Amino acid sequence: MKNFHFLFAAWMVVWAVFFLYQISVASRTSKLRDEIERLKQQLREP
Amino acid sequence: MLAATLIFFGGYAGLFIAPDEKTMHEIQRIFYFHVGLWTAMFTALGLAFVGNVGWLITRKPRWDWLGVSAVEVGVVCCTGGLITGMLWGKPAWGIWWTWDARLTTCFILWLLYVSYLILRGLIEEPGRRATLSAAFGIFAFLDAPLVYVSNRLWRGQHPAPVLFGGPDASLDPRMLKVLMCSMAAMVFVMVTVLVDRYRLERLRHEVDELRVAAETRPVSSGCAAATKS
Repeated sequence: MKNFHFLFAAWMVVWAVFFLYQISVASRTSKLRDEIERLKQQLREP
Repeated sequence: MLAATLIFFGGYAGLFIAPDEKTMHEIQRIFYFHVGLWTAMFTALGLAFVGNVGWLITRKPRWDWLGVSAVEVGVVCCTGGLITGMLWGKPAWGIWWTWDARLTTCFILWLLYVSYLILRGLIEEPGRRATLSAAFGIFAFLDAPLVYVSNRLWRGQHPAPVLFGGPDASLDPRMLKVLMCSMAAMVFVMVTVLVDRYRLERLRHEVDELRVAAETRPVSSGCAAATKS
């Protein structure tokens, strides 16, 4: 098991890549939803 | 949740169920994550190509949303594939990187699609942005088949293909089962992420429309009277 750390790192990369990307998408989605609410509010105002 | 379970199961099968390889031993197990990521990347870039062609033919925004979403997810998978490749290359070859045909074409593919994303960020007008990026996306996709055939056409440091690689290519049936499971898991996870990314693009389009509506809405009578006086 001398190269186990490389194997572990590769497995972690798979997790990390998708996990970090999913967080980024969720964060951008949340910002856009806030922006939509703000614009709708602005359009409702007389 | 299902995506996380699949990644976990795919990882477990690759680490503990697949048999040990004779020459590389445990480090060969990176193969299951590495090939899985490339499969997911090729699927994503294939979808991006469909989106790019779809936009140029129909000019319907949903094709543009598919194009950009699939490119971004494809770049994520490509980045993961390059990193896992380096983590496999160091213990197997003694080096992190070499300018072998397969590695070089992969790196060019990554650069092309990163350029696609940068290009999109530079163009303001939505229609022009979609058309130019679709044309560039189709051009970038030309490298994808080259990546696939590169280790068949030119022999280098990268191993020859074990699937669809001719009469000499073979894989232990248990390894093949684990590989198929891992590939299916990665493609499923990629599709799950892609669906979320597509929703994000649709929201972005909604924001653009609302901004235009807010900027072009008529001035109310009270404001107009105040302006006249």
